[in-house]
Amino acid sequence: MLRVEVSKQLGSFSVDVAFASEGRVTGLFGPSGSGKTSLVNMIAGLMTPDRGVISVDGEALDDTTQHLHVAVHRRRIGYVFQDARLFPHLDVRRNLDYGRRMNRLARDTAQEARLNEMLNIGHLLDRRPGQLSGGERQRVALGRALLSRPRLLLLDEPLGSLDEDRKAEILPYLMRLRDEASVPMVYVSHDPDELRQLALQVVMLKRGRIAAFGSPEILPA
Amino acid sequence: MFDISPPEWTAVLLSLKVGVVATLAATPIAIALAWTLARYEFWGKSIIDAAVHLPLVLPPVVTGYLLLLTFGKRGLVGGWLADHLGIVFAFRWTGAALACGVMSFPLLVRPIRLSIDAIDRRLEQAASTLGASTWQVFATVTLPLALPGILAGMVLGFAKAIGEFGATITFVSNIPGETQTISSAIYSLIQTPDGDRAALRLVIVSIVMSMAALVASEVFARRATRRLHGN
Repeated sequence: MLRVEVSKQLGSFSVDVAFASEGRVTGLFGPSGSGKTSLVNMIAGLMTPDRGVISVDGEALDDTTQHLHVAVHRRRIGYVFQDARLFPHLDVRRNLDYGRRMNRLARDTAQEARLNEMLNIGHLLDRRPGQLSGGERQRVALGRALLSRPRLLLLDEPLGSLDEDRKAEILPYLMRLRDEASVPMVYVSHDPDELRQLALQVVMLKRGRIAAFGSPEILPA
Repeated sequence: MFDISPPEWTAVLLSLKVGVVATLAATPIAIALAWTLARYEFWGKSIIDAAVHLPLVLPPVVTGYLLLLTFGKRGLVGGWLADHLGIVFAFRWTGAALACGVMSFPLLVRPIRLSIDAIDRRLEQAASTLGASTWQVFATVTLPLALPGILAGMVLGFAKAIGEFGATITFVSNIPGETQTISSAIYSLIQTPDGDRAALRLVIVSIVMSMAALVASEVFARRATRRLHGN
């Protein structure tokens, strides 16, 4: 379970949000500038809230009353960015293996094989990120985040930089991921159709506040 | 014409030794400093930045004299080092390496800092979400991505170090076999009657070494860039 109760002032803009979600996929919906990315960055620990609490499965990651802020690298929260952010100096294989090496985890060849198959990236392992298409890059980024064995996966508009055909190519992978991987996800998007297909619960943001919270039915047509 | 005499060889080899030691010793300091200057804002940053570049614009004789005052046998730091650690810089080849290291330092720091500035910091954020600590991010993302700049800086610094003259001769004098580098050897030969031919030989050696260093710097930078961008 993810519990978020934070406020943060960012120049003249402020985020003031409280929700708790149980769902396997929580959708964060809102127009650009509604505070989605700031919220996700706070959950990841890249940004510290001015006031409030963030906890995952009962473990507090931020609690300003206790002056608690768990460092990004100790949170075990995976993050798939809109722009993939693969390491350009490492081939796909070493990009995928990065999280395992940094966390000194034992190799899990079964999971590697399953993800290679599920994301269809097995044939890309020896390539460099510079030689991948946008869709391939995003699939590798997904695999890389999952192989670091996170307890929560954040996806910030992972299809945002792709055209319609590429989006249609990746969506089925994300749906399989939702149904087969046991990692809860927070999925950020400004596209109601995307969230209708993926999310089980939706948090609707508007100018840094929650406008609505509920099932995907609350999404605009 | 090209019979390089043993004393001339000694000067050439000493220059190479001084250049290599100066560059290797200065590089980790330059990386740490370049990283700090590229990544942090703090009080006095512009003063440190100016101080790093000072040897570039100060008369070399001034830098050499300041080194003599600081690291000489009766200098503040030099005296302490000699008494407590037995490290002596004055009139030793180690002093020549120190002088060359200081003089080439700005040339070393600048390309490293530029290449760290050019790194997309969002890659470092991605690394930390994958579980990398600050030090791991530095070692596995920042450092490899800055490698072209580091290599370019090292070669440029080395090229400067093997040719340094003013600060070296002021600080450690011109002792054949100990502190007489190729530059001070050329200077001595020009002062000597009939030294012209020998001076010319060393001039040619010096040009060849400097050219080789500059070409190597280009090759390293190009190869490292290619490696980083994956083609």
